[in-house]
Amino acid sequence: MTDGSVAGSSGPAHASGLAIETTALTKRFGRQTVVDDLALSVPRGSVFGFLGPNGSGKTTTIRMLLGLSQASDGEISVLGERMPQKLGSVLPRVGALIEGPGFYPFLSGSANLRRLDSADGFAPSGTRSARVSRALDRVGLGHAADKKVRAYSLGMKQRLGIANALLAPRDLIVLDEPTNGLDPQGTREVRSLIRSLADEGTSVFVSSHLLAEIEQMCTHAAVMRAGKLVAQGTLDELRSAGTTRVVVTTPDADAAAQVLRTLGLDPGHPDAPGPAVAASLPESVAPEDIVAALVAAGVRVRGFAVDHASLEDLFVALTGEGFDVVQ
Amino acid sequence: MSSSDSTAAGLDARRTTRSLGAGFFASELAVLFRRRRTWAMLLALAAVPILIAVAVRLSSSGSSGRGPAFIDSITQNGLFVGIAGLTIAIPLFLPLTVGVVAGDSIAGEANTATLRYLLVSPVGRIRLLVVKYLAAAVFCLAATLTLSIAGILIGIALFPVGPATLLSGDTVSIGDSLVRSLLIALYATVSLLGLSAIGLFISTLTDAPVGAMAATVVLSIVAQVLDSLSQTEWLHPWLFSHYWLDFADLLRQPIEWSSFGQNALLQLGYVVVFGALAYGRFSSKDILS
Repeated sequence: MTDGSVAGSSGPAHASGLAIETTALTKRFGRQTVVDDLALSVPRGSVFGFLGPNGSGKTTTIRMLLGLSQASDGEISVLGERMPQKLGSVLPRVGALIEGPGFYPFLSGSANLRRLDSADGFAPSGTRSARVSRALDRVGLGHAADKKVRAYSLGMKQRLGIANALLAPRDLIVLDEPTNGLDPQGTREVRSLIRSLADEGTSVFVSSHLLAEIEQMCTHAAVMRAGKLVAQGTLDELRSAGTTRVVVTTPDADAAAQVLRTLGLDPGHPDAPGPAVAASLPESVAPEDIVAALVAAGVRVRGFAVDHASLEDLFVALTGEGFDVVQ
Repeated sequence: MSSSDSTAAGLDARRTTRSLGAGFFASELAVLFRRRRTWAMLLALAAVPILIAVAVRLSSSGSSGRGPAFIDSITQNGLFVGIAGLTIAIPLFLPLTVGVVAGDSIAGEANTATLRYLLVSPVGRIRLLVVKYLAAAVFCLAATLTLSIAGILIGIALFPVGPATLLSGDTVSIGDSLVRSLLIALYATVSLLGLSAIGLFISTLTDAPVGAMAATVVLSIVAQVLDSLSQTEWLHPWLFSHYWLDFADLLRQPIEWSSFGQNALLQLGYVVVFGALAYGRFSSKDILS
C-alpha cells in the first residue's frame, strides 16, 4: 500500500506514486454487485482512460472515488490519502465532472461557478471572479458567461461542467464522459484541453465508452466489464497483449497458404476483401523471412502487411458483444 | 489584496485554513432570493393582509360580529392589519411557503444535479445541512416580516391609526404597538422553525422536491387537525403547531412571555430531533442523483 507515503504533497510537481489506488473495491446495491473487487492503480501525471460499456460500473466507481457513494467493501486512496476519511483535504485538490453537468437553470454560467466555488472552504473569495472568468475562457464560454444556464445548449452545459473542474489548481481531474453532447470541434477542444492539463502535470482520469477518444489522448487505460476490471496498463502494454498477424494479398492464395504452413504458421481466410491469406504471427518468425519464402516459391505478392491488433479488437474481445464502439 | 493577485500565481493561491462557510451561506441566500419563485411566494404572502384590509374597508358599514376577533378590530386601528394577516396566514399560507423552501432544500439540489457538485467541491455534508436550514429560517423571518409590514402599511393607508387598546385593556402608543407587531412576526417565525426542520429531513429522503414539499405541507395540516381533535388531547402539547396561534400573550400589558418560551422550547425540540434525523440520513446517504 502506498497509503500515506505521498500524503501532504500539494503540487503537481510531485509526480511519483499513484493518483488513485483502489483495493478490492466493491459496491453492491441489494443483491446486485455493480463494482466487483476493483484494483485500479492510476499513476500520477498520467492521462488515464477508464473504458467500458454503458452500465459496466464506471460512474459508480467514480462516485465512490469522490466520496459521494460508500463502498460496500475495499479501500480507496486518492492523491495518497484515504477516502472517504480524508475527503475534506483531498477533494479541494480534485476537479470533477460526474455523469453530466448539474447547474441552476435560473443562474448565469458565471454565477453558477461562483456558487460552486464558494462551497469549497479552501477557495479564496478574493480571486473568485478572476478564476471564474479564466475557467470560462479556457473552455470557450467567455462570451456566454452572463447568459442564464437555462439558455445553454447541451454542449455549452458540458463545457461549463468542465470549467467547474478547472476553477482552482488541481492535482487530479476526474472527467466522466467529457465529450458527451459536444460537436466534433468541441471534442477536439476537450482533447487538447486534457493534453494541456497533463502537460502542466495534472493527473487526468477520464471515463468513456468511446475507444477512439481514449486511444487519442490517454497514456494509460483500464477496461471494465460488468463491474470487473478486465485489463489495465499503458496503451502500449494493452496493445501488445493483442495478437499480431500477417496478411498476404495475392492471386495465388493456395500456394501462399502452403508456404506459410511450412514456416509453422496457421493460415486462414482473412476478412479483408479480395484474394488474400492471413495468419497470426508467432514471435519466432520474422516478417521479412515470410516475404522471402513467398517470393522464392513464386507467389505473386501484391501486398504484405503486419497488423497489430487494434485496441478496438482488444476491447471487443475483452468486453464481448454490445460494446458501444465508435465506428 | 496585492497587485500580484491578478497574476496566474496569485490566482492559484489557496487558503491555508478552511473558511467557516459564511461565503457559502451568503451564496445560499443569494440563490434563494434570486429565484422568482421566492419572490412570488413573498408577494402572495404580502397580498394576504392587503386583501383582508381592502375587503374589510369595502364592507365596513357595520361589524357583523362574526369572524376572527382581530378582523373586527382593524377598523378601529390600522396597525392591527398585520396581526390579522398573520392570524389568517399561519394555518395554511405560511406553512405552504415554508414547506416549499424547506422541502426543496436538499431534494431540489439533487433534482438539478447540483448536489453532487456541491458535495465534491467539497462543501461538507453537515455544513450543507446547517446552511440549508439557516437559509430556510431566514426565509421564515422574511415571510412573516413581509406579511406584517405589508399589513401595517395597508392598514395605515386605509384605516385610522392611533394608540391601540390591548387585550388586557391597557392602551399603548403607536411605537409600542409597532414593536408588538414585530414581536408577533418573530413569534410566528419561531413557530415555523420546527416545520422547517421536518421539511429539511423529508428533503433528505427523496430526489423529488415536489414530493418533499407536499409531504411537509401535509404534515403541517395533519398536526393542526390532530390538535383540534379532543380524542388526541394527550398529544396536543407535543404537536409543533400547538402554539402557533398563541401569540395573544404578547398583546398584554405587561407582556406575558411564557407562551413564547414554551413555543420556542417545543420548536427547539423539533429542530434537534429532526436535525439529528436529517444528519443521520444524509451523512451516510449514497448520492446517486
